[in-house]
Amino acid sequence: MSLLIESEPSQLPVLEEPEVTIRLDKVSVRYRVPHERIGTFKEYAIRTLQRRANHDEFWALRGVSLEVRRGEVFGIIGRNGAGKSTLLKVVSQVLRPTEGRVWLRGQVAPLLELGGGFHPELTGRENVFLNGTLLSHSRREVEARFEPIVDFAELGEFIDAPLRTYSTGMVARLGFAVATAWEPDILILDEVLAVGDEAFQRKCQARMRAFRDNGATVLMVSHNAATVHAMCQRALWLDHGAVRALGVAVEVVTQYQQANAG
Amino acid sequence: MIDVPVYDSAKRPSPIVEELLQVLRYRDLIVQLVRRDVIQRYKRSILGVAWTMLNPLGMMLVMTIAFSNVFGGARAYAAYLLIGLVAWNFFSQTTVLAMRQLVWGGTLIQRIYVPKTIFAISSIGTGLVNLLLSLIPLAVVMVVTGLPPQPMALFLPVSILLLVAFTLGVGLLLSTVAVYFPDVAEMYEIALLAWMYLTPIIYPEDAIPEAYRWWLFNLNPMYHLVKLFRLPLYYDLWPSPERIAVAAIVALGTLAIGWIVFTRRADEFAYRI
Repeated sequence: MSLLIESEPSQLPVLEEPEVTIRLDKVSVRYRVPHERIGTFKEYAIRTLQRRANHDEFWALRGVSLEVRRGEVFGIIGRNGAGKSTLLKVVSQVLRPTEGRVWLRGQVAPLLELGGGFHPELTGRENVFLNGTLLSHSRREVEARFEPIVDFAELGEFIDAPLRTYSTGMVARLGFAVATAWEPDILILDEVLAVGDEAFQRKCQARMRAFRDNGATVLMVSHNAATVHAMCQRALWLDHGAVRALGVAVEVVTQYQQANAG
Repeated sequence: MIDVPVYDSAKRPSPIVEELLQVLRYRDLIVQLVRRDVIQRYKRSILGVAWTMLNPLGMMLVMTIAFSNVFGGARAYAAYLLIGLVAWNFFSQTTVLAMRQLVWGGTLIQRIYVPKTIFAISSIGTGLVNLLLSLIPLAVVMVVTGLPPQPMALFLPVSILLLVAFTLGVGLLLSTVAVYFPDVAEMYEIALLAWMYLTPIIYPEDAIPEAYRWWLFNLNPMYHLVKLFRLPLYYDLWPSPERIAVAAIVALGTLAIGWIVFTRRADEFAYRI
């Protein structure tokens, strides 16, 4: 196992070297963007006949390599369109890399836009089961965690009311509670969670910290350099899909801020 | 640390196999999606589940009134018609639902990993619930028209299984195309109507002139599959081995093609929807 891209001096004996849980090896992702969006079969047939169905290629990630270890909070910063979300999608197995290799060890929990799989006509209870199974858990596993989920979301007897009667905060709380009910090996966060009121946000942050302390890897994306500075040990600065800087969070964030100021 | 799952994008089994393993892992999700569809459909209607039974019954009633004089010769026309409708409705509703589900799942597919065949498979589940419920009014109509179900009806599970395989295959093929071209869904609904009139659902087989019969029926997979419902239920006959073989080859072949085409393309879906 190599000590690639490690900027801190390695003082630990080899045996206690924390395990690598995420490894990206020269990962590239290519999107094909049609010149004009071809939305219908009819248009496609016409275009093909006229030989005009051309694509532009767009590399959202270019040769990104990195390693993240157990218990590490790793931040990704960069401007809009720099490839941050694409990187998260490659790690959460939503996209396959066009080139390169993604290697992960452990259960991945994606926490992207909470409550995406919720259905308004179903009750909170039914939605917990739907969402839990969407996150690859079995019905039995959801059953076992059901009480803690409801407690954490602070829903009480509302759990049996249809979701359409919930406030936005209640939906977000339930989404967070389901998504974090199982301790993952790798937690993926897209933007820092602004869920519910301040008290609930503190609860969320406490839960994240507990995950990290128990050895989970946290991979997070933020536009906000200060958040990355405050929460992460190491960080990656993505620029037009390529690695611009990688190392200790403080240093990467400083470089990023200097570049943006100039 | 031995049973920690490891994902390696460079070492994957064939997508055809991988998808199958993932579907098994996510089997509880299928149940939840079917539940959601069934609840969503019935929760806010007074008649609830009864609708599933009344819908084909109403269609049958209208058509019986309209066509029983035209096809006057047919014995127990209402039963003949309803058997055909039950099978046809399962096929048409489920294939349309499979397409819609995948497009619904589109926003989800871009955020989390889910085996993508799960949407077509759960549509089959929802369709099966409806199909089994509509067997109740079918049995009633058969008794009323003097054709009470005979022991031959025990063949029905095989008929249903083969229809399920064919429907899933078609649903997967259509979903693959619908990801790229949403207007295919509308075209398909028109095609379905034409297909139904080309299949002996509302008319008896001998209503088609003999010269066209062989071509029209043998080249139409749904003819073979509907026949497997009618033979045991309406004609009280055990289907011949050749008939079962033809239907099985058509159904399982379509399923295999649909599964292969869909799973080979599935990686691209997140880029597209």
